[in-house]
Parts: sequence; C-alpha cells; structure tokens
Amino acid sequence: MRFTRKAIAACLLPLTIAACTSTEKPQTVSSVKPAEKAPAPFPSTYKAYPGVATAIRNVTIYDGEGGKIDNGVVFMSGGKISSVGGPDTAIPADIAVFDGTGKFVTPGIIDIHSHLGDYPTPSVEAHSDGNEATAPTTPEVWAEHSVWPQDPGFSRALANGGVTSLQILPGSANLMGGRSVVLKNVYSRTIQGMKFPGAPYGLKMACGENPKRVYGAKGRMPSTRMGNLAVNRQTWIKAQEYRKKRDSGKEFTRDLGMETLAGVLDGEISIQNHCYRADEMALVLDMAKEFGYKVSTFHHAVESYKIADLLRDNGVCSAVWADWWGFKMEAYDAIPENAAILQNSGACVIIHSDDENQIQRLNQEAAKAQADGRRMGIRIPDAEVIKWLTYNPAKALGISDKTGSLKPGKMADVVLWNGNPLSVYSRPEMVWIDGALMYDAKDPKRRPVSDFELGQPGEGDVK
Amino acid sequence: MKHLLLAAAALAALTSPSHAETIAITGGKLVIGDGSGPVDGGTVVIRDGSIIAAGVGVAIPAGARQIDASGKWVTPGVFAGFTRLGLSEVDAVNGTNDKSGGKSGFSAAIDIAPAIDPFRSPFAVNRSAGVTRAVVAPEAADNIFAGQGAIADLGADSDAVTKARAFQFAEFGEDGAANAGGSRAGTHLHFRAMLREAQEYAAGRDTFDDDLLKAEDAKALLSVLRGETRLLIHVEGANDMLRLLELKRDFPSIKMVFVGATEGWRVAPQLAQAGVPVIASALNDLPATFEMLGATQSNIGRMKDAGVKVAIGMINDRDSHQLRYTTQYAGNLVSLEKLPNATGLSWGEAFAAISSVPADIMGVGDRFGSLKAGKAGDVVVWDGDPLELSSAPTTVIIDGVEQPLGNRQQRLRDRYARPTEGDLPKAYDR
Repeated sequence: MRFTRKAIAACLLPLTIAACTSTEKPQTVSSVKPAEKAPAPFPSTYKAYPGVATAIRNVTIYDGEGGKIDNGVVFMSGGKISSVGGPDTAIPADIAVFDGTGKFVTPGIIDIHSHLGDYPTPSVEAHSDGNEATAPTTPEVWAEHSVWPQDPGFSRALANGGVTSLQILPGSANLMGGRSVVLKNVYSRTIQGMKFPGAPYGLKMACGENPKRVYGAKGRMPSTRMGNLAVNRQTWIKAQEYRKKRDSGKEFTRDLGMETLAGVLDGEISIQNHCYRADEMALVLDMAKEFGYKVSTFHHAVESYKIADLLRDNGVCSAVWADWWGFKMEAYDAIPENAAILQNSGACVIIHSDDENQIQRLNQEAAKAQADGRRMGIRIPDAEVIKWLTYNPAKALGISDKTGSLKPGKMADVVLWNGNPLSVYSRPEMVWIDGALMYDAKDPKRRPVSDFELGQPGEGDVK
Repeated sequence: MKHLLLAAAALAALTSPSHAETIAITGGKLVIGDGSGPVDGGTVVIRDGSIIAAGVGVAIPAGARQIDASGKWVTPGVFAGFTRLGLSEVDAVNGTNDKSGGKSGFSAAIDIAPAIDPFRSPFAVNRSAGVTRAVVAPEAADNIFAGQGAIADLGADSDAVTKARAFQFAEFGEDGAANAGGSRAGTHLHFRAMLREAQEYAAGRDTFDDDLLKAEDAKALLSVLRGETRLLIHVEGANDMLRLLELKRDFPSIKMVFVGATEGWRVAPQLAQAGVPVIASALNDLPATFEMLGATQSNIGRMKDAGVKVAIGMINDRDSHQLRYTTQYAGNLVSLEKLPNATGLSWGEAFAAISSVPADIMGVGDRFGSLKAGKAGDVVVWDGDPLELSSAPTTVIIDGVEQPLGNRQQRLRDRYARPTEGDLPKAYDR
C-alpha cells in the first residue's frame, strides 16, 4: 500500500530489479552474460535448524503487511509458514500447539541498519572493523569480511528484540563504504553460516558530514559537500566505463570495486544511502538518475519529513530512528514525527537501529513514533506500524519474497510476544527462525551464548 | 493558554519564575513517587511554588485554579538521575559543547553551573517530556576529577540552577585509568595523593608536594573530604567497585555515590552493607567493555532486592539530549517482572527510581522527587501511564509554575505537517 503506483512505475524502469523485487516472484539475476558468470564467492552455507510443526492459537496476529487477525492461528511446518487465519484455521492434530491468549505474533523483526559484528561488543579497537577509512570510495570492501560471528549483540537482538534478519553495513566514513551483507540472526562458526541465502547485496553510501570530515582532516578530497558529489560522480563515470568494457565481450581486468558499482548499475546491488539532510537526499536522487541507478533506502534520514512527497514519488524508503537528535549538525532538525509524516504522505517508512542497544527495542521505537504521529493528528494502526519493522525493510532489502510477513510459503521467521509489541511492558517470549525455535524465554537452553561470553561472568544469564 | 503565554514571556524577558499561583489538580490517577502504586481520584494542591497536599479527599482551597486530570495520570516531575543537560546544543559542534572543562588546567574546581544554559533546546524538548529536574555533571578530561556538578530545573526561565556545586564527579574504571596515566593503579594513587594535597592546603600550605592540584581544586576536594559535598564516581566493573569500597574505608567521611555500576549486581551485598547508593544505567546488557562483562538488565532489580538504594541515570547515554528516555527505561524494568528469571521493578518502584530515589541519593529528597506537603511544586499530568511509550505530558508544572510545552521540534513538525510547498516557500510558513 505504501508503495504507490508511481513507485511501481519506477520499478518498471530498467536497472532497478533488486530494489523492486515483488513478493510473488523470486529474485532473478540477469544482465550479466552467463559465460562471464562465476559462482558467487563466499556463498551462504546457512541451513535452517530442525523445527517441529507448530501452531499458535488464540493469538493476536500482525501479519507484517498491515493485516491484523484477532484470536487467530499461525501454523508453521517444514520451516515455512503453512497457514495464517482466524480461529477456524485448520491445523493437524499431532503437532505442538501453543495457546497465545493475551499474546501477539509478528513476523521476525528485521533491522536494515546494523553494525553487529563489524563494530561488535566489546567495542575495543581490535574489533573496530566497520570503516575502511583510507580512501573516500571503497566499493571493493565487503562487510561480511569484517563481521565477527561471535558478537554477543546478536543474542540480545534475538532475545530482547525478536530480530531474525539484519543487514550489516560498512560504516559511513566513506562516500562508498562497501558491500553490505544480510544475515539470518543465527549464530554460526563462520560468517558464511549466517548469510541470508539468496539475499541481494547492498552498497553502503554516505552523504554529508562524515566523508568530508574524515577526508578533509587528511587534507584530501572531499572536504566539502560539493567535493562529496564530485567524487561520487567521477566514480560513477568510471563504473559506467567499466561496465561497458565488461559487456563488450573483450578481455578485461577484474576490479573488485568496479564490480560492485557495475552491480548497482545492473540493478543487482541495492543502494543503502546514509543521508540526513533533505536537500542532500534530493541531490542524490538526481545523481542516481544521471547514472541510471536507484536508491533503495535513505538511512538516518532525519529530514525525510521535509521531502516526504519527493521520496514517495521516487519510491525510496526512509530508514529512521524514532527520535535521535542533536548529536551532530546534520541531525539538528530531526523531529519525532518524521516517521508519521512520511507514512501520512504515502512514503515508505522503516525503523532502524544503527545501535547495538536500540536493535533490542525497535518495536518500542516504532511505538514512540506512532504516538508522536497520533498527537499531531496522524493515526496509524498498530498493524501498519509493525510493517515498519518487517515487510518494509524486507522489501527494501530485496528479500520480501522470502521473509518479512506471515504469508504461506515464506520462511517461518516468527516472534511470539508476551503482550502487545507496541507496549513498553512486552518482550519476545519465543522466536522461531525458519521454523526452528531459537529463543524461548522460559528455557535457558534456548538462549544463545557466544564463544566470547562462555566462562565469563553472567554466562547464560538473562540479559 | 494565558499561563503558557506568560511563561513564554518570562522566558523572553530573562526573569525568574513566579510562584504566586494556587493550583489544584483533580480527578487523576495519582502517583506520589515514593514507591507506592498509583491511586485513583487523587488531588494535588500547589501554592507558592510548593505542594500543600496530595492524596485522595484533599480539600481544594478557595480561589485555586483547577486542572481537571480525569482519565489522566498525575505524578511528580521526572528527576533525571544523571545527565549533561544544558551543556550542549549540538554535541559535535564544539562551540556549543561545554561538557568538559578539563583542558582549563583545573580539575575538581570546575563548577559546571555557569555552563548550564536553559535556552539550549534540550531544556524545552525534555521539559515537554515531563522531566523537571536533572543531575548535571561535567565530563572528565586528563584527570580523574571532572569538577562540580549541579542540580537543575527545566523551567522555562533564566534561572536553571537549583543547586550549584551539588557534587563532585570522578572517573574510575577504564575511563579513570586512561585519565590517570593508563592504569587503575594510577587512579587510586591520584585519588589518594590529591586528597592528601587538599589536606595540606587546609593545613595552610599553598604549594603541594606533587603539584597535582591548584588551590581552587584543593578547596573543592576539601569539601568532598569533609563529607559536605557528595562524590559521584563513574564505575562499571565489580572489582573496581570493591576496591572503591576499600578506599571508602580509608576515607570514611566521603559520601560516595556510584554511577553506571553495570556490574553492580555482582557486588550488591557489599554495596548494600557499605551504604553506597547507585545511579545506574538501566538497560545496559552488553559487554561494551571488559568491565561490563556481567551486564544485564536485571542489574537494578537485583541491587534493589539486595538492599541497595538505586536510581536510574543515563551516563554517557545521550545524556545531554534524550532525558526523555528516562520513563521508557523505567518501563522496561517493569517489563522484566513478566520475564522468567529476570529481576525488574514493580511499577511503583520503577517510578520512584526516576523521582524520589535519585532526589534522595542527591541529598535533596526533602525538597524534590515526590508529591508530599512541603516539596517543590514539580508536577506532571500525563495523558496515560507515564512509563508507557504512547503517553506524553499534557501539563508540566515546575516550582508551581505551569510551563510552556512547545519546542523547536514542534515548530518544524507544524511547518512540515504537509511537506509540499504552498503559495509561498516554507520559509514563510510559521
């Protein structure tokens, strides 16, 4: 509903496949000649853990796409959602059934902006692997090569936040910070074991203060916002030339950074663009048109409310905090009604964290943003607000055909909350990922403990 | 509305608050703030800036302006347990950031009070979220002693400081070690040596053996040493807290308060026995540093159960701008009560942890933090449960004066409620 007709039209343009994947069709990759196509490196080895066929009855359901069912039934089997419906929904006799009276079910929460693993805790210098701050454009780096799979933060995001999928991004020191990686929130010995199977890559870009500060301080370009744009455009010109060379059928030398940028121009890699100010977002949208790519999402978009119409018309999501403000100049005009004004304008809203603590409370942040909207006369139903944490981020990541809502056939990424998730008094009670029970508040054995925390004070404690 | 305009005029004219009005708030769900639960149908009467009475069946004085709080909640204003309120407008813009005076060459002597600027926008934003008083601390730099903090009110007037030099603030643990030569050993040595120099100063010497202090620093530390000024110490790890309790045995007159105390639950019996109160971070549950390995949201509940006096504070956690998180944090501690094996707070305890308990810990509980006769008229009327995410104040009263609830964020909100431009650019829309 929030992806308007104009947005759909934008999706029909060439080169925009990744950002516009529909729920019905699986992700398709084209435009690179099959002969050139090598197997993707560092492939996902994630496999769903075993689950049992499970149903939750008598429960309030927010389906993630704006639907609400009272006194409903969610039935999952074989790692997938089998059926979702009202009290009469049929379920087999021989399966595990939970009574959800007074409780709520949502799809697994998705955080589109996390640095778990590349800025993990303990936040020691030796773990600081999020910014390759040695050149203003580093599209050649991949966040997955920095992610430490033992970050204790993954377990907190699961247990307190109900987070089942998350995008790990490079930092924002660079204009082009590198490739993101989408993970299932399931611990593994290797990062490959956490990678969300089939999720498209993203390219992290950054506007504004950070790149110009970091490189200006080194006495090199960019030191201004105009420098930011100039370096970006020069780099896109090179990417266009590289792509032409690549597609010419002649021999050419591979270039990791250019491969990523060409992937953006091909529509296979989505743009995840850190950008606070409205005027800068408008410039980025024009730059994207100049070079023929599409911005999936503006992150930290504290001024999106000022251009909500423009963002709606361009089919771009805003990933926002509820109320962060005042910590830097480009965050000075942040307002708590940002999300509500966007929603009211028909633009796509995502609540993100960028924070190892608030990733544990995305539901609460969304509830605050909803309430701030209500006080200015914008009433947004609870079920729509849940979409900010589930279906919308899934869509912006190009994985909404697989997760992000409780639709039959999708991954059984499910959270059972012990009360309304938009209340401060509610917490996840059980979390399933691909139908496997990965967290159970009542069972200490279903509470993951990373290697780092083993043998330490508080091992296995409630967190 | 008239009162809002008057208050706004007071702000513009740089005057002090007026206390004259008598106000009766009636019909609300009343929260005293002392740890008890809410009661229905309570009345609060404020006169001359102070609470006259609060409870069920309280008489309403003739001539009192009545505020109908039917269907609403009435509480003491939130007393933010640890903040940097008023010390910065934009954190990353140095000219607006007065948190640390450590490069001045002074340490303990630094008095943060004149840097607290009530015209900075965090005052208005957090006032409209129901915060009425705040503990305001300086940040340390190059020294374990950061200087003297204050207690401030969030009233819309030019007179923010309730109590200047209300406490001394010091860094122990990792941050303290970094400021004391790179080792916790240095922190303890500095602590002892600086206090000794303060005593030398008191004995009439004006030069010191190790030259760690200036005379002004010595004066400030003497007040700590004599127990006249509280010493708030940022400390996170269990061992650091135990070693501080040993220091306390050597300096029994010092009134220590621990701030942060992420691993407090591990040494809760010792804290209780030593009678050291704690202003703790409510939701730390990650091993952000090696001194926080035992972090859990159950920390405050466990300390409370062990008999520690514990309030909620926000050290190094958006502590200049987001005091409005205080109620959310308290609500989260209530939510733990439903979580198996977790330890939280009851609703009444949680509200006390952001009202009467921090006021008590700071030694101003006789004047602030609860709705009892004789205390300051800091009262908030909320449109729902104040700890719930959906609630917000409808009336905020500080020192008996009804406050304006507008702020710069609301002006931006109103300008862009419809983002498209109309007949004139947005710059004309106000």
